[in-house]
Amino acid sequence: MKRFNLSKAPVGMKKYLSFFKIRFIAGLSYRSAAWAGVFTQFGWGFMTVLMFKAFYESSPESFPILFSSLSSYIWLQQALLAMFMFWFFDGEIFDSITSGGIAYELCRPCGLYAMWFVKNMAARLSNAALRSVPILLVAVFLPKPYGISPPDGILSAVLFLISLILGFLVLIAMSMLIYISAIYTLSSAGVRILATSAVEFLSGAIIPIPFFPDGLRAVIELTPFAAMQSTPFLIYSGHIDGDKAVFLIGVQLVWLAALGLFGVFAMSRALKRVTVQGG
Amino acid sequence: MRLYFKYLRMLVRSQLEYRESFIMTLLGQFLVSFSAFLGIYFILMRFHTVRDYTFPEILICFSSVLASFSLAECFARGFDAFPRLIKSGSLDRILLRPRGVAFQVLTSNLELSRAGRLLQAIFMLIYAVPRCGVVWTADKIATLAVMIAGGVLVFTALFILYAGFSFFTIEGLEFMNLFTDGVREFGQYPLSIYGEGVLKLFTYVIPVALFQYYPFLYLVGRSDDKRLALLPILGAVFILPCSLFFRLGLRRYKSTGS
Amino acid sequence: MIELNGVCKTFKVAKRNAGFREAAKSLFKREYTLINALSDVSFKIGDGETVGYIGPNGAGKSSTIKVMCGVLVPDSGECVIDGLVPWRKRKEHVRRIGAVFGQRSQLWWDVPVIDSLELIRDIYSVGEAEYKRTLSELVELLDIKDIIKTPARQLSLGQRMRCEIAASLIHSPKTLFLDEPTIGLDAVSKLAVRKFIKSINKSRGTTVILTTHDMQDIEAITDRIILIGRGRILLDGPLYELKGKGSEGKTIVIEYSGGGLPEIEGLTAVEDSGSHAKIAVDTALISVSEAIAAISSSVEIIDLSVSGQTVEELVASLYREFRI
Repeated sequence: MKRFNLSKAPVGMKKYLSFFKIRFIAGLSYRSAAWAGVFTQFGWGFMTVLMFKAFYESSPESFPILFSSLSSYIWLQQALLAMFMFWFFDGEIFDSITSGGIAYELCRPCGLYAMWFVKNMAARLSNAALRSVPILLVAVFLPKPYGISPPDGILSAVLFLISLILGFLVLIAMSMLIYISAIYTLSSAGVRILATSAVEFLSGAIIPIPFFPDGLRAVIELTPFAAMQSTPFLIYSGHIDGDKAVFLIGVQLVWLAALGLFGVFAMSRALKRVTVQGG
Repeated sequence: MRLYFKYLRMLVRSQLEYRESFIMTLLGQFLVSFSAFLGIYFILMRFHTVRDYTFPEILICFSSVLASFSLAECFARGFDAFPRLIKSGSLDRILLRPRGVAFQVLTSNLELSRAGRLLQAIFMLIYAVPRCGVVWTADKIATLAVMIAGGVLVFTALFILYAGFSFFTIEGLEFMNLFTDGVREFGQYPLSIYGEGVLKLFTYVIPVALFQYYPFLYLVGRSDDKRLALLPILGAVFILPCSLFFRLGLRRYKSTGS
Repeated sequence: MIELNGVCKTFKVAKRNAGFREAAKSLFKREYTLINALSDVSFKIGDGETVGYIGPNGAGKSSTIKVMCGVLVPDSGECVIDGLVPWRKRKEHVRRIGAVFGQRSQLWWDVPVIDSLELIRDIYSVGEAEYKRTLSELVELLDIKDIIKTPARQLSLGQRMRCEIAASLIHSPKTLFLDEPTIGLDAVSKLAVRKFIKSINKSRGTTVILTTHDMQDIEAITDRIILIGRGRILLDGPLYELKGKGSEGKTIVIEYSGGGLPEIEGLTAVEDSGSHAKIAVDTALISVSEAIAAISSSVEIIDLSVSGQTVEELVASLYREFRI
């Protein structure tokens, strides 16, 4: 039973790193997928910018955010889509849960939570790494205010990077809960569908959070949903800065800790059930 | 045709075997398009109109596109899921049967659960039809029907094009999403709001505006030219070059066997 | 009548090297190698023949089958089956052939088998009377009466394979292609499938072309063997002729106690544990009875068995001989 105690699982970083590397190389070998992704996301971003341009021109006074900030937000969103799309789950993990293969996973000397976490990080990062650069490169050269503009100085760049990493970790910690719920329910389709639609909408993937009605917006800013892509992108674009940025990064930290701890706890409980049932 | 219905019956029966996942997918499709609706709702609460189009007008536009897309996705799912057919080797089996390839692909799959979006489209129509200021005479109703039907054919053509590309590249297929999912998403608004260039692209290259924008102008009374209502029929011709491309891909498949 | 003449086919395959740098490089540039899947493949198969088409994995078996089914168009060469070029007259051609792929199903997964069969009847436009006759014959011979009302996904592999075969024969094809029809089956199902294929060949005169790695399939079903390796036809002839080639060796397996094995010319101990031994006998030098007499004179034999070279070993030795 000792082995299943996750908090005491040996955490040698090296195996996670080599795990990460393998996943990364596998991702790199899909070259045409990467180019196709760049093309698609660029087109998508372009159309989104044009759409908001129509709204801006219809009534500029109702626009809740600078147009150039919005453009930066949209291009970051497209460039880093692979990192932040919530619906991207690892089918292998679900398969191992439903088929009972998870029992074998438990035999490896890695913490299962940490391993799944790294696996998800690697898959998303390897997809995003290839796609982001060309999209951002093109977006930089688009005429103002339709392209991406650099952040307002070093401080907001640093805050953005911190917040980006935290946001990414919060997203994965959240998606871990979906995997864990599958251990309990075995069929995860229902939870997955509900969670995906809700998270996508509330995290500002469909329309940016500043465009939400004011009352709702104030609440959502404090939820883990806004802590994913919205906070870093808005910090980058200068829509959020100074004390507010620091405060929202604090919110991200709190959610990361909460989701992470809850995930580890729920997982160890779920795994106890697995071992009690004998797989 | 009799054979087509036989296939359909078979596929429906297969789907009913998995009632739970059927309902889940149905619900999922509904929720996804519901959040798109919520997005439009929030934005129009703030702006009220976009380039003079009102919320109910936009809903008419959105729901007709969504209805077309989901119907096409239900019935032409075989083309949409075609890459899997190639990967699993089922295409070889299709080639071993003495019937047309396109016919067999069409009948290889049917996804009734995709109608979740259709449900959303119907709800939006019910909301928007009395509120958009259109006097629903027979010719207006016919226009809406032609728009939806023309849309089904254009989306089907796009799925065929997608299937055609999968003969050349499977992993690179993602770019076609811009023209299938993308048209569904950006077709929420009349295509003219994106500017002249985009409208031209979607008129002359991919004839989406022919069923989405021009007949819509006539429908909501922004133009009196009745000929606009017939443009979806012209748009449907798009299915010909797409089928030709599919055939080209099939020929390539037969010479490389992969 | 099947006639292949100088059929050639080349495939282009992307090369991929290990390592991060190589993966990144291949983003921009990719190298290809050409593989000759088929080079100058020619043979003739008459009506009603049963042919085993064998060769190791990747030898070109399935490419040849695909050409004969009209799914793959060769780069050069001719292929005429009953007067038709398969890929030119696809629909007419496939009406006359049936195909069973052991690893892929043609039955609709979620509906009862009988529904699949009826749909196939309509696809091939088989007349009602003929369908009924064929169906009752197949149902009886394959013993699937009790299972055709079950959805395909609930069948065991052996049951499913019997239904797959029935599905391939609903339209009474003149030629039947079988690609590893017994793969993964248990012994009883294997025997049933083999017996059925043989009988359908006898009663209807169906030409049978079989690819398999199971040499007992070959022994039970086919009269003729075509061996392919690296895209070339290496051997083509009746099975007995081939068997004659390799029958120069016998193997004696004994359990014994006491003493050591005799050292005589013509006897080689392949294995010897001191109580269990496998001895190869070169019958050109020493007869089996002489060998047994010699062994029993030096050790106490507890148990003994003699076996000839199996088709399995024969084929393995052929693969070695042709270095494929």
